[in-house]
Amino acid sequence: MAALVESWSWFTALAVGVSLFKCLFINAYHSTDFEVHRNWLAITHSLPLSRWYHENSSEWTLDYPPLFAWLERGLAQAARRWDGDMLRLDNLNYASPATVLFQRLSVVCTDLLFIYAARECCRCIQVQKAPQDVLSRPSFVLAVLLLWNFGLLIVDHIHFQYNGFLFGFLLLSVARHLQSRHLQGALLFAMLLNLKHIFLYVAPAYGIFLLRSYCFTLDQPDGSIKWSSFSPLRLLALGGIVVSVFALSFGPFVAMGQLSQVVSRLFPFRRGLCHAYWAPNAWALYSGADKALAVLGVRLKLLQGAELPRAAMTGGLVQEVQHAVLPSVPPAATLLCTLLAVLPALFSIWRRRRGNRAFLRCLLLCALASFLFGWHVHEKAILLAVLPLSILAVENREDAGIFLVLSTTGHYSLFPLLFTPAEMIIKVCLMLMFTIYSFTALGNLHRSQGSLLRPMEVAYLLGLVAVAISCEFVFPLSPWRQKLPFLPLLATSVYCAVGVSYSFLRLYATLLRSNDKHKQL
Amino acid sequence: MQTWSLVSISVLLAVLVRWGVSLNSYSGAGKPPMFGDYEAQRHWQEVTYNLPLQQYFNTSDNDLNYWGLDYPPLTAYHSWLCAYVANILNPDWVELHKSRGYESPAHKLFMRTTVLVTDVLIYIPAVVLYCLYLTDGSAKRKVSILLSILLYPGLILIDYGHFHLGFALWGVLALGLGWNSLGSLAFSLALNYKQMELYHALPFFCYLLGKCIKAGLIGRGFILLVKITATVLVTFGLCWLPFLPDPSQVLQVVRRIFPVDRGLFEDKVANTWCSLNSVIKIRSILTSDSQLYLSLAFTLLAAIPSSIRLLMKPTFWNFKLALINSSLAFFLFSYQVHEKSILLAALPVCLLLNEFPLMCIWFLQASTFSMLPLFLKDGLLVPYTVTFLGFPFLTVYLLSALDDCSEDELKLGIYGKLFSFLPKIHLACIIKWKFYISMALMAVLSILCVAMDPPPHLPDLFPVLVSTTAFMHFLGVFLHFNIVQFMDPPRKKSRKKNN
Repeated sequence: MAALVESWSWFTALAVGVSLFKCLFINAYHSTDFEVHRNWLAITHSLPLSRWYHENSSEWTLDYPPLFAWLERGLAQAARRWDGDMLRLDNLNYASPATVLFQRLSVVCTDLLFIYAARECCRCIQVQKAPQDVLSRPSFVLAVLLLWNFGLLIVDHIHFQYNGFLFGFLLLSVARHLQSRHLQGALLFAMLLNLKHIFLYVAPAYGIFLLRSYCFTLDQPDGSIKWSSFSPLRLLALGGIVVSVFALSFGPFVAMGQLSQVVSRLFPFRRGLCHAYWAPNAWALYSGADKALAVLGVRLKLLQGAELPRAAMTGGLVQEVQHAVLPSVPPAATLLCTLLAVLPALFSIWRRRRGNRAFLRCLLLCALASFLFGWHVHEKAILLAVLPLSILAVENREDAGIFLVLSTTGHYSLFPLLFTPAEMIIKVCLMLMFTIYSFTALGNLHRSQGSLLRPMEVAYLLGLVAVAISCEFVFPLSPWRQKLPFLPLLATSVYCAVGVSYSFLRLYATLLRSNDKHKQL
Repeated sequence: MQTWSLVSISVLLAVLVRWGVSLNSYSGAGKPPMFGDYEAQRHWQEVTYNLPLQQYFNTSDNDLNYWGLDYPPLTAYHSWLCAYVANILNPDWVELHKSRGYESPAHKLFMRTTVLVTDVLIYIPAVVLYCLYLTDGSAKRKVSILLSILLYPGLILIDYGHFHLGFALWGVLALGLGWNSLGSLAFSLALNYKQMELYHALPFFCYLLGKCIKAGLIGRGFILLVKITATVLVTFGLCWLPFLPDPSQVLQVVRRIFPVDRGLFEDKVANTWCSLNSVIKIRSILTSDSQLYLSLAFTLLAAIPSSIRLLMKPTFWNFKLALINSSLAFFLFSYQVHEKSILLAALPVCLLLNEFPLMCIWFLQASTFSMLPLFLKDGLLVPYTVTFLGFPFLTVYLLSALDDCSEDELKLGIYGKLFSFLPKIHLACIIKWKFYISMALMAVLSILCVAMDPPPHLPDLFPVLVSTTAFMHFLGVFLHFNIVQFMDPPRKKSRKKNN
């Protein structure tokens, strides 16, 4: 464990600094998510429980699990003293200065949980010896990578969401597991699932790991399962925690017979395969290939241009889509692909007791697999992989290299979220800041073992810069702006998807390769 | 970590903080008919772009009562440059007469961008070079100083009109590196940008003159004197070239730049006359002329000692101290001082952050606080709160200002001799507690200004309280730095690497 006799004043400085920094962007652009949350404040405050999941006078219906609705209810109590008008249901798109201030400050305050979780993660870092210089310590680097993460700052404090709060739960749960306090970790994860159900994607990792490493207390000499060491008590404890959390959350709705309504709100499968802005995942590559083949086919006179479906996918709207050349992809296929992608990882932590770090790797792989193959994935979901990977990156050289590729690519793919001219400087400067820091700090940490990136990766990242410059500056001034307005988005998605897939494969390799090593990682 | 990465991260952070603050409202937003400083800047672009040079400062097609140009020619040329770009982007922004009061999001973006670009091109490089080459200490210490200077709230919250400080800083930088002609060139440019740079003129003059005298008035010193004089004259000549042919033009410009028919002070500013006025109504007792002479006399009296000391001993250390003392003397006693003029004193104080961290942070915080009524008028409450809280916290942490109190003791040796009956160890404690109390007082007054309405029979109560408190701080700092200038400079000792 890291030296206990050290002062954490630098952590306080970082935390206070970033919180004050976030307050500077209160008046920046905010997306429709702002109105979404204001509407939810109104719904949970003005309506009785039975109407929460039925209310649809606004298009932004409640589609998060009940615990989050209770959080909004709590915030609404505070909102009452700020500006009661924001709690009126009919007050659509109400954005008075007081409302904006309140909502922005609520995000900054809920981020306190994330700050606490980051501190717990910093405590878990294992180092041989802590260097004297604060800037070179792994815990300091991790704190900066987590607290000043570009993605979180952009998505939470400008675009507007509560991801910091939610990732606080995730990171805290991970930290507890790394500290081998598994029951607390399970409790936190159960609560997280009831706050935002997207984290179901990483539930298999939790399930398999807890079942294998917590419920089975002993191993055979070669490391595989000793079936006789199964502890029903532990299983009951885990089960009890999870069931009680779910009962608290969904119980009232089950009692009112609204469970199916709630579920249909939580899992709307009517939306399209790709989100409006094309998250850089495997389906982006698939759709990109489809488009390319279609264009090629028309050029080579193999296909009739009139027969092809209109260019709906790049229309920027959220609809059901049809692919032109390659077969269309139904939701069930995406689920199958995700499961297939995740199974080897789950199997590897089931076969032998692998330790807490392997659990973290498996969690990462589940998150990335679901990002790559999931249905209607939003590009913000890349943060689900980038943040936990930071923990591994400060300890391990190879993970640091993967982190650099994944974080740079993933963060760049968030650029289309902030498209207003006033925010251009913010996103460019913040991205530069984070990228310079992550490259130099991680390079410094692992400098004794050579350079972090392979030449191919360096070339890829330089290509990313070229893509960025052409999309942001060259393309708007070029003649194709009218004819192909979504070309930059397509180019960004496809190029980033290559990087994300590459990181996925490398992470898989590190998990499976250390299969042979039998020590605690 | 490498210095270049730390420096670039600090610069990027400074740019982000500036841009974040600029997302807020600007002075005079939505307030016809006169609006505010923002409209003044836009109007100058309109006038300089559309009218011939000779009419910039005249009443002609140019209505001088509506934000007439009252800064030297370089400001006019800078406005012309911005107007040239503005015209390419959208001619509506600078159309003569018709564009008065023009406000739009795109225009605001343009104006903010011009400010940011000028800052990044002139001010920030000067600060970076100063911290890297003219500051002692480890690389981390230098970067901490860099970050502290760049995050000084005063310059961030005041959105316009401080590019002259960038030029002045280049002047100081050049003189520090021993390039006398370049330094005088930069300072002349600064002076031609805003006449308020006269606050710094005395130290520059005395320093350069002192250097010439030291190098021997016959020989090298004389050549140096000639070079510097030539540089200054040529610079002034080039800037005023369009107006030189007609002497009445020159006089008109001078009359616009130095409006001596205004009063001793306007609004509530944290200097002696305004604070004195709450006790003795000077403005009503003395005539306008005698007010002018009184302030002139006191200003010179306050500024002369440090300048003479600089003339005797022209070292760079003395130069920096003289800059502070002179600008503070002018601020405290001069005629028609604006609240923003405290920035002229704040810049040299920033340069001494390395040697006197606590005192400088204290002063910089007080200077931001003194401009609070201005910020409230411009709708900058949230950025003010953020920077008011963030600046002292971060700088005290980065520079370990409160740990070094014992070192202050050594510089306060003379106080020790005066108060030799007090046990020495208490001096550091006293100073720490004074710092805390002062911060708390400023915070409380800020909250009062915002949250409460003043009693009806004292409508100006809060601005007066703010300016008087700030005045006490400034007076204290003025006296302190004067005393320091007359003592020996600190020995250059290696700082403990405890950061």
